[in-house]
Amino acid sequence: MADDATRRTVSNIPLLKTHAGPRDRALWPQRLKEEYQALIRFVEQNKAADNDWFRLESNADGTRWSGTCWFVHELLRYEFRVEFDIPVTYPDTAPEVAVPELDGKTAKMFRGGKICLTEHFAPLWARNVPRFGLAHLMALGLAPWLAVEIPDLISKGLVIHKERNSG
Amino acid sequence: MATVEELKLRVRELENELIKCKQKQNAMEDAHNQALNRPKIDKMSAEVVDSNPYSRLMALKRMGIVEDYEKIRTFSVAVVGVGGVGSVTAEMLTRCGIGKLMLFDYDKVELANMNRLFFQPHQAGLSKVEAAEHTLRNINPDVAFETHNYNITTLENFTHFMDRISRGGLEDGMPVDLVLSCVDNFEARMAINTACNELGQIWMESGVSENAVSGHIQLIVPGETACFACAPPLVVAANIDEKTLKREGVCAASLPTTMGVVAGLLVQNVLKYLLRFGTVSYYLGYNAMQDFFPAMTMKANPQCNDRHCRRQQEEYKKKEATQPKVEVVQEEEEVVHEDNEWGIQLVSEVSDSELQAATGARPDLPEGITVAYTIPAQDAAAGDTVEETEQSLEDLMAQMRKL
Repeated sequence: MADDATRRTVSNIPLLKTHAGPRDRALWPQRLKEEYQALIRFVEQNKAADNDWFRLESNADGTRWSGTCWFVHELLRYEFRVEFDIPVTYPDTAPEVAVPELDGKTAKMFRGGKICLTEHFAPLWARNVPRFGLAHLMALGLAPWLAVEIPDLISKGLVIHKERNSG
Repeated sequence: MATVEELKLRVRELENELIKCKQKQNAMEDAHNQALNRPKIDKMSAEVVDSNPYSRLMALKRMGIVEDYEKIRTFSVAVVGVGGVGSVTAEMLTRCGIGKLMLFDYDKVELANMNRLFFQPHQAGLSKVEAAEHTLRNINPDVAFETHNYNITTLENFTHFMDRISRGGLEDGMPVDLVLSCVDNFEARMAINTACNELGQIWMESGVSENAVSGHIQLIVPGETACFACAPPLVVAANIDEKTLKREGVCAASLPTTMGVVAGLLVQNVLKYLLRFGTVSYYLGYNAMQDFFPAMTMKANPQCNDRHCRRQQEEYKKKEATQPKVEVVQEEEEVVHEDNEWGIQLVSEVSDSELQAATGARPDLPEGITVAYTIPAQDAAAGDTVEETEQSLEDLMAQMRKL
């Protein structure tokens, strides 16, 4: 599923230990801490590799996440809002990541702008419960999706660079 | 030339006129509907006359298929997901005269849904549950409806969902008789599974594959039969070479035929289960490419990830133990060689456990049914894990924000 570069990036993200979802009041705060630790490490790694490409933050109880991701294409930076809820069945099931502003622009999306992850992502996630967390979701779910879809959307004129658009 | 103010005023005038027109039209439609709709029927009649909507259903009694058809009015069923399968399922149950239908869906009707049955183009933009209730009430006003327009997988909605299926039966405070899963994604199925395991609620799963040429239905009795988390998702093999299957640029295909067939199989099983006739299927697959219908029963997995599934299994075992068992024991004769002077034994070169570690256990399934993927045994030393930290959650959140 993933190329060597992705594999290397992912192997550097620390794995999580606590198997707990948002309904587990006792253990969820611990899981949430681990999520933040892994995300912080992943962002720091991306920065060090000059490949910083997303930010995320959650509400206080960690059930709703939002942020931005960006994608550089032909030296121009395209930025998109990202959002998702943590499902009650997390981490047995991965959250459904949405990029709402692209809703209706690509067939590889479900209603509400939820990105369509490949057939391979579900088995990959299932095999790594509970060790994979949100950082892995970003690296193995959202990143490959953006890499395929955004250049295509730009070439079709469905995504236009903001400055170019206003200028 | 008119000033901006004048134009604004004119817009407001026109808006008001439009509202008046709409109100008039609605009043006319309501009056029209009132005239068209039949009054509620108190008791199902078996009388064969043109005006009796239940005559052909009550005939099932006379033919000896169903013992007590009127009993259908005492049942309540929750349908989760009112899409291609769920809407048709709800319509069939409505026409059969079910007592109460509870509908859950967070989606809106779209023109892209028009390749499926039930919804009509003029309903585009309405919430699916609202549009469905309107149509279904017209078809059969005897059915009680309760609709919820939300996503059941989020924390708050899930709590409400659990509350409704456990207390929203025909008699207030009683659970529904059956929950039907007609959703189109893994997350929602797992959420229904979690709720039903916790509540001990019997439910039926249904699904159509993303390539639209296979489907399945499954009856899940918590603790007794395999729950949705007991094994990786089951797939009805469509015998299509993965290499020739093109996935470029699309997420999912759908056909009204496959969805109609699966809805039909599902409701047939519901009727057989509720009204006690025929044999109820535990798992029935539909392979549309070869017209093949594999069937099986799968026991609950004692190592299931869902602790409530394991709890239900314990309870089921206790219940079973109290019931007297009549079982025919077939003795198998052991092959014993007269003498084995040298103590020779057959030993496989690769142990079963080694084989399983590489690919993951594959449940024993009949021909035509397989699992979507296997899960290899946990490999403890797979990589670095997060370190113990002294930092509080707030510290970490602040640190993330500062990056």
